Amino acid sequence: MKLILYLSECVIPLTIFYIVGFGALMRRPVYDDFVDGAKEGAQTVIGIMPTLVGLMAGVGVMRESGLLACLSEGAAGWLEGLGIPSRIVPVALVKLFSSSAATGLALDIFKEYGPDSELGLTVSILLSCTETVFYTMSVYFMSVKVKKTGYTLAGALLASGAGAAASILLGRLMS
Amino acid sequence: MLNYLWSFMILAGVGWAALHGTLPETARGALEAAGEAVSLCVTMLGIMSLWMGILKIGERAGLIDRLAGRMAPVLRFLFPDIPAYHPANRSIAFNMIANMLGLGWAATPAGLKAMKELEELEEERRQEAEGFSASCGAAVHPAPRGIVSHPAPRGTVLRSASRGTILRPAPRGTASREMCTFLVINISSLQLIPMNMIAYRTQYGSGAPAAIVGPAIAATAVSTAVAVLFCKWMDGVGRRRAG
Repeated sequence: MKLILYLSECVIPLTIFYIVGFGALMRRPVYDDFVDGAKEGAQTVIGIMPTLVGLMAGVGVMRESGLLACLSEGAAGWLEGLGIPSRIVPVALVKLFSSSAATGLALDIFKEYGPDSELGLTVSILLSCTETVFYTMSVYFMSVKVKKTGYTLAGALLASGAGAAASILLGRLMS
Repeated sequence: MLNYLWSFMILAGVGWAALHGTLPETARGALEAAGEAVSLCVTMLGIMSLWMGILKIGERAGLIDRLAGRMAPVLRFLFPDIPAYHPANRSIAFNMIANMLGLGWAATPAGLKAMKELEELEEERRQEAEGFSASCGAAVHPAPRGIVSHPAPRGTVLRSASRGTILRPAPRGTASREMCTFLVINISSLQLIPMNMIAYRTQYGSGAPAAIVGPAIAATAVSTAVAVLFCKWMDGVGRRRAG
């Protein structure tokens, strides 16, 4: 596990080295390109800020009112019997519809348990290895006017479930 | 969808608070969370600007195209029935590479283009199937997906490149096999470096925000492997049922 953690820390600097090196080899004005991209990045973040404010306030309301605790305790018994942390379930379900809403729930876990706790690690991996199934399907299929989606939903849910199982396992291994 | 989810969060939360006497805490919770969202965005502003800037260098230098060019064997394995010359190959490869790099804004347009091209390919197949059934006098019913066992003339989009049998196109409004496979793999998540998540972890005081990269790649590999196996299996079931 130590090795994986060490390699994890190396991935980003090496990726940056590779990309900047590739750009320089292609004789691109790399710094100008960087600034253009950074501008887009800044605009993206500012664009999602209202969404985050809304969803984090929504999660804040659910947490402070005591509803979130009640919801996750409700199913906790038999979920934990299966080895599934009950706090993960709402995140995984919400992620099927909306990435930012799931992020709101995940940040709540970070706040309560810390990002390096088992739960924090599990939820970090979970959100990194799953996609918004229903959102993506509707955008892609709507664009070609397809209504009958064949085996797409079953496959997407199966893959997401496998990702979630792997996250729970890896989260446990890492902590 | 989000409209329902969000109104449930707010309405059920406030309703619950009113019943349990936690209204003051709830109000404070909402206000604090709103402030917290902004300070999170400040952290993200730095990290995401840096990362998007780096990725832009790669994009402008033609990195996506370069990597997409190496995807040919993968595409042949996943989509054996798309003719090698077809433009859908390129769009699918571009979409997959952009997704791996986490370039959502570049991935989606390419993905939608791929869907359009897959639909065009399916339409070509439908037209050929009509012509083919008329010419040999056998009605090809528009059954879901799969193959019929007549020999096909060479050099048509109807002939399965991998098996030499004739494909049975999906009726209009139904997803073709390639569309299903493409989307299942796309949704299985391909992103290698989850920079957003690293930014969130930094904001919440993680000792090693990037430590999740390796495990995240492993989990992504698991979900993608399951997606590929499932699609290959469904593909086989479809062929057997039709054959």
